[in-house]
Amino acid sequence: MTPLTLLDGPALDTPESYDSHVRRLGRAPQGSAAMVDLLDAAGLRGRGGAAFPVATKWRAVAQRSRGDAAVLANGAEGEPLSAKDRLLMETRPHLVLDGAVLAAQTVRAREVVLYVGEDHRRAHAVMQAALRERPADERRSIRVLAAPARYVAGEESAAVHFVNEGVALPTTVPPRPFERGIAGRPTLVQNVETLAHVALVARRGDAGPGTALLTMSGAVPRRGVVEVPQGSTIGEALARAGGAAPGGAVLLGGYFGGWVDLDQAVRMPVDAAWLRSQGLALGCGVVAVLPESRCGVAETARILGWLAEQSARQCGPCVFGLRAIAEAVQRIAGGAAESGDMQRVQRWSQQLAGRGACKHPDGAAGLLQSALRVFAEDFTMHELRRGCVAGARTVAA
Amino acid sequence: MAPAMNNTLLWYTARAAGLVSLVFLTAVMVLGLLARMRVEGRGWPRFLTAAVHRDLALLSLVFLVLHIVTAVVDPFTSLGLGAAVVPFGSYYRTFWLGLGTLSVELMLAVVLTSLLRRWIGQRVWRGVHWAAYAVWPMAVVHGIGTGTDAFSLWSLAITVACVASVAVALMWRIDFARRDPLHAERRAAAQVHTREPQPR
Amino acid sequence: MTMQELAVDRIRCDGSGFCAEVFPEMIQLDDWGYPIVAAGAVPEHLMAHARRAVASCPVLALKLRARAEAARR
Repeated sequence: MTPLTLLDGPALDTPESYDSHVRRLGRAPQGSAAMVDLLDAAGLRGRGGAAFPVATKWRAVAQRSRGDAAVLANGAEGEPLSAKDRLLMETRPHLVLDGAVLAAQTVRAREVVLYVGEDHRRAHAVMQAALRERPADERRSIRVLAAPARYVAGEESAAVHFVNEGVALPTTVPPRPFERGIAGRPTLVQNVETLAHVALVARRGDAGPGTALLTMSGAVPRRGVVEVPQGSTIGEALARAGGAAPGGAVLLGGYFGGWVDLDQAVRMPVDAAWLRSQGLALGCGVVAVLPESRCGVAETARILGWLAEQSARQCGPCVFGLRAIAEAVQRIAGGAAESGDMQRVQRWSQQLAGRGACKHPDGAAGLLQSALRVFAEDFTMHELRRGCVAGARTVAA
Repeated sequence: MAPAMNNTLLWYTARAAGLVSLVFLTAVMVLGLLARMRVEGRGWPRFLTAAVHRDLALLSLVFLVLHIVTAVVDPFTSLGLGAAVVPFGSYYRTFWLGLGTLSVELMLAVVLTSLLRRWIGQRVWRGVHWAAYAVWPMAVVHGIGTGTDAFSLWSLAITVACVASVAVALMWRIDFARRDPLHAERRAAAQVHTREPQPR
Repeated sequence: MTMQELAVDRIRCDGSGFCAEVFPEMIQLDDWGYPIVAAGAVPEHLMAHARRAVASCPVLALKLRARAEAARR
């Protein structure tokens, strides 16, 4: 039996109605303690980027719940290169809602918040409309909130902070949301794709490893979201997007992930745990191809500048350290490296990890370190002001 | 020994202890304002500003006790213990004295919460510490209002010097806060990430 | 006897830098004056300095906590 996929069903140009959803998949079973065991057996991991085992998270919230827990379905999708969460919300809203309701029933939550990025207007409208198709008791306890269109707004403590106080900035942990979250109660924060997978696992049981949504972007003929079986290779995913020329590099996991040589990446499996064991990350499933003709240093400089601007600006090392690193890498990319810039960049990047309240600086450090590895030659050439190995015009800083 | 000489000694001690307390308290205020301005020099690490601020505050309590005891015991003022404890409870220069009583009691609250800061937490501690901005001016006004020699040259000079030091330190502190890059960044970012409450 | 380790509340920390002056063995300041705390447990013979550093922080951002609890994060 082929495992059910997320994007099965009617064409992806309109949202699937509740009727069609129920006709196709049947009504979702009730959430219960048995659901956690099912998720354990399926080995489902989160799709927000951390790939944390879903069953473990649900158990932690359920244990602390006194019938008053909360569920936050995270559809902020602040990662600019990712489009999978948006696609799910726009075309399969009832999979997301099923998963959220299942979660609420299992962890004994009284309310569900759908946290959708404010600039994902279509996803917003579709989720609101889909909510109106649901049974009355679900309509009463689920609400849709618009998350600020900022990178850190999707961080789990920032999401909870926003629900509580209207400010989407990360807070100091501990306590984590599963201990104290919305209104101080145990809160399950789960990515919307994860919840959609939950909706399928609940129906099909433990039937195979399931699928993953990847956003293919950059130098591929057909950019967009593809659904691939877990364990298939990145090369196979690239083929679905029309293939990519050899050479060049792949940004795996988006701005929070890292660079990999394309020729190595094509053989790697779409498996978050395996990638992590190699010091890489699937993250939110972004696969962005940088062709050999484009400059990796310039691209990295651009991304670091963006990440620095998106900082929550609460912690000194992130505000000042990330900005200084971005400026130095931009100088290097522009062929205007100052003496000592490379050493400074190395030193500062080692000082970033773990020194902020959230993992934003860690993500930037990871990206930079992967760039220094994969584009080592280019960096050396840029530092010596001899221009690009890529041969392209150097990008103005 | 004539009673008059004893009275004069008590009066002078009370007056002197009061002035010394005021000078110490002024130093405490100035150091407190400078404490988080990353002030340092050769042989003066940053934490020393905060440490001396704390130690001087405790030391000034000694002189305050001396000041209060001699003032209360002095038969000329016939204050009685009540006036030392109940603000505005004396017949002698009720208002000016009362300010002193109030000032000391607030200071005790500040000192106590500071000693217990690790147990009461940062927010409570900080809230009470703001009372320091009332403690010092009240002490100054109390000194001007109760002293019979308030307008003698040297007493006036000391008071003016104290007020000037705190005024300068305060202006410096306000300027520092305005120029502090981290505070500016935090304010700006918080605005961008905040939204009005959304309808349920 | 549970070992203790240092932790900084990064949002509270405003770079006053007292901690590094009081406990240079395990705390240094980066180029902008924010603490870099050495990872790992605080050795027993340095615990007094660690406690003094915690007490010296003007915003109570520096804390000592048990190591076992940290491993669970």
